[in-house]
Amino acid sequence: MTDNRSPHHATSASASLPARPARRGALRRLAGTLAGGWAASQLPAANAQSAVTQAPLAIPPWTREPGASLLSPAYGAPSPHEGDVIRRSARAPALPGSGSSMTPLADLTGSITPNGLVYERHHAGVPAIDPDQHRLVVHGLVREPRLFTMDDLVRFPSESRVHFLECSGNTGSEWNGPSGLPVQFTHGLLSCCEWTGVRLSTLLDETGADPSARWLLAEGADGAAMTRSLPLDRILDRALVVYAQNGERLRPENGYPLRLIVPGFEGNTNIKWLRRLKLVSAPEMTREETSKYTNLLPNGCARQFVFEMDAKSVITRPSAGHRLSAHGYYPVSGYAWSGRGRIRRVDVSTDGGKTWQPARLTSAVHDRALTRFEADWTWRGEPADLQSRAIDETGYVQPTREALVAARGLNSQYHYNGIQNWRVGADGEVRNA
Amino acid sequence: MRKRRSLPIAMAVAVAALMPGAPARAAHYDLGQPVGPATIAPWNIDVSPDGAGLPPGSGTVAQGRQIFAARCAMCHGDAGQGGIGDPLVGGAGTLSSAKPKKTVGSYWPYATTLFDYIRRAMPYNAPQSLSADEVYAVSAYLLYLNKVVPEDTRLDAKTLPAVRMPNRDGFVPDPRPGAL
Repeated sequence: MTDNRSPHHATSASASLPARPARRGALRRLAGTLAGGWAASQLPAANAQSAVTQAPLAIPPWTREPGASLLSPAYGAPSPHEGDVIRRSARAPALPGSGSSMTPLADLTGSITPNGLVYERHHAGVPAIDPDQHRLVVHGLVREPRLFTMDDLVRFPSESRVHFLECSGNTGSEWNGPSGLPVQFTHGLLSCCEWTGVRLSTLLDETGADPSARWLLAEGADGAAMTRSLPLDRILDRALVVYAQNGERLRPENGYPLRLIVPGFEGNTNIKWLRRLKLVSAPEMTREETSKYTNLLPNGCARQFVFEMDAKSVITRPSAGHRLSAHGYYPVSGYAWSGRGRIRRVDVSTDGGKTWQPARLTSAVHDRALTRFEADWTWRGEPADLQSRAIDETGYVQPTREALVAARGLNSQYHYNGIQNWRVGADGEVRNA
Repeated sequence: MRKRRSLPIAMAVAVAALMPGAPARAAHYDLGQPVGPATIAPWNIDVSPDGAGLPPGSGTVAQGRQIFAARCAMCHGDAGQGGIGDPLVGGAGTLSSAKPKKTVGSYWPYATTLFDYIRRAMPYNAPQSLSADEVYAVSAYLLYLNKVVPEDTRLDAKTLPAVRMPNRDGFVPDPRPGAL
């Protein structure tokens, strides 16, 4: 159901989500509950809709009988009522194991992505790795090459940190202007987990490093034997070799049993199914860092080794495909993140960027992590253009699409981080326009 | 940033170990085991632009044509024009146009990358199944199709790194931060 869709079908499928009774009901509840609560005095339109409920509350069947037993199932799953909160592919992949699937951002809260919803990008499918047979080799310009088992790796001092992962192709749909797509397909190559593992620097202390080592070649054990070269001095103080996400071992599609996490760097460099780390003096010029993941400019030259994901934000609620079914109060909520540090501030506009108000940061603000923001908005039925703009601790301000296109043209493909506009019509429909 | 880049990595490792939150000692935990080159060899398959890592063996354009037809054309097209796999041929002169066509011939800066990638990841349905001779041959054929080498070419560990790709100088460093 999720894999063989054309972009057109994917769009209409997702756009139809809010029209399903459960989703529409949720939005109505959101409007009704909050408007009738603390903000009521400021919200005459919503207040006028409120009438005192007189009908006695029903005592539903689930209150009149014992519920399901323990361990049903032994590994918990979401409520069946949340069955449409799933990863989706924007298009059918050319080959079965290639391509990507995207995180349903509009249906998530807080800043952590549940493991089953973390986006996927594979180049040769998900390998079925036996952790007992998996090995990590650290070699090259080292004093002593070493081989590690998974048991060895979990015995090192560990560290747990929250970081986002974003494919550098994320939001590439918007280079040529508003695509009409909902946020799952425009921004869903984005997730955030608490990662647990051992510091890269701890492993290199164990092998020793030759002074001539400048780059690190990281390689996966999948059928693509994915490889990227990484500049050691830019990653050594933060890179982790991880075996767990959100408290449990990595999921197969996210690199089980071992992956690299390079906080803030484009997703492809966070090599999954990690089998080899080789210290080298210069980049190896692998296929992924030459013919792919390079950013073509209008003059025909391409930027290479474009690693950090610049500060970016997106409103996830309300967003394209939602429908506001009542006037009144809405929190305008979404994610902000930066590959260069912490989020300092997020501004929200409801008039297409003419005026901005600072949003509240409603989750913990971690370094290079998704940060949840929320701003107050009272909708009285007027057409509106909702936008958010992230500012990170370096002072970088998320640019407009026009500024990006002026700097890079229309064919650089990767690293699109322009301000996203959601248009709210007088009918309450929200569109990517 | 520039100053830090000149630090020897051994020092940078020590610096990282002293950062807050790092394990208290830059110690050796004596985990894992030392490993020799013969053990690593089957995984040590990367090839760098100077040719380091290229194995013994060789292959010709003519051999590559046959292997390509049998193992590659089903995805990349009879003449490398593309199919469910990427187009591998053509696109010369298109990189600054409105519709750039990025192929081995028009975009790839190093011929060594071709050998490295084919050996590790191709064909998609049977990665790491081609012999060194076969990978040299397919590389030669693709370079011939792109008019980078003549038809009588035989590639080996010495001649492959000497092939100069048309877009060798087509890449620039990342100007960020400080510029979009």
